Amino acid sequence: MTDLAAVNGSLAAIGYGLAAIGPGVGVGLVFAAYIQASARQPASARLNLPWLFLGFALIEALALFGIAFGFVWAG
Amino acid sequence: MRVSLKLTDSAEPASSLAAEFPPGLKDFNYAPIWDFHVLGVEFAITKLTLLTWLAVAGISVFFLLAVRKPRLVPGRLQWAAESTYGFIRDGMARSMIGEAGVRFAPYLTTLFLFIVANNIYGVLPLAQVSPNAKISLPVVLAILSFVLFNWVGIREHGAKTYFRNILFPPSVPAWLYPLLTPIEFFSTLVVRPVTLAVRLFANMFAGHLLLLVFTLGGVALLASDNFLLKGFSVFSFLLAIALSLFEFAVQLVQAYVFTILTASYLQGALAHEH
Repeated sequence: MTDLAAVNGSLAAIGYGLAAIGPGVGVGLVFAAYIQASARQPASARLNLPWLFLGFALIEALALFGIAFGFVWAG
Repeated sequence: MRVSLKLTDSAEPASSLAAEFPPGLKDFNYAPIWDFHVLGVEFAITKLTLLTWLAVAGISVFFLLAVRKPRLVPGRLQWAAESTYGFIRDGMARSMIGEAGVRFAPYLTTLFLFIVANNIYGVLPLAQVSPNAKISLPVVLAILSFVLFNWVGIREHGAKTYFRNILFPPSVPAWLYPLLTPIEFFSTLVVRPVTLAVRLFANMFAGHLLLLVFTLGGVALLASDNFLLKGFSVFSFLLAIALSLFEFAVQLVQAYVFTILTASYLQGALAHEH
């Protein structure tokens, strides 16, 4: 019998999937809050832009650590 | 992360490019173009080093040409240079740090353009990889920003007051210090530089890997014997094109983020109301 599709390899792939849940929710909340704030107070859209990217960057770092450490500890 | 997708158990793929399909760390190791020793230290000039030099040369030439003969009514090149500088000065230095931040605008602009130039190599034909996809360049940039904001803080407040404000904030009751001081030390003096470096590195690294997965995946699908799988390679290549556009946006955003975080750390180091 031939293998049509088989996945083998490191558990890090699954680990990264789990690690991305938190930052995924977090980044979603950041952008949701920014859109809501801009919809309620359009004049603040420009003002809040640096804070949007700051919050996005700080949260996203967690997901990126997941990528980096997956390789670091893969051996 | 070694995940390989075994599509068929047929013989070796036809093309050598298809054999490279599961991309990994090996794709980031470039053979040195020129190898030499200075005082026993080995220097290896790779493609990434050349790309970095090219970025430095390009930015220098751009600004030198733009302001060689400055005019009151700017030409096209001068307008481009001035609006880039103005964007960083007003949008970051002034809005994050305040009037005291205008003196950091040259550093922030240089930092931003250097990161942009190096990141864009990731989708630029012929280059196709960002020097920031190796941890060494982001580490240097993060150390520069780390040293700068600490130095500025020490110059502003004096070393004793500066570190007291970070480690023992006066507005907090003293019994919280055993809890707060280690956290503050860790978050300000360890996490800040590490995240600056890792954020930029991991974005470029993951971006390059993502593009490799879909282009090499497309080649691997095309090389398979199964007729249906051959057809699916079209989607893989289309996704690679779409992701190239996405990566371009990510590269600009990451340069912006690195610069704005540096500005925010500078603002924290200069702030008086602790």
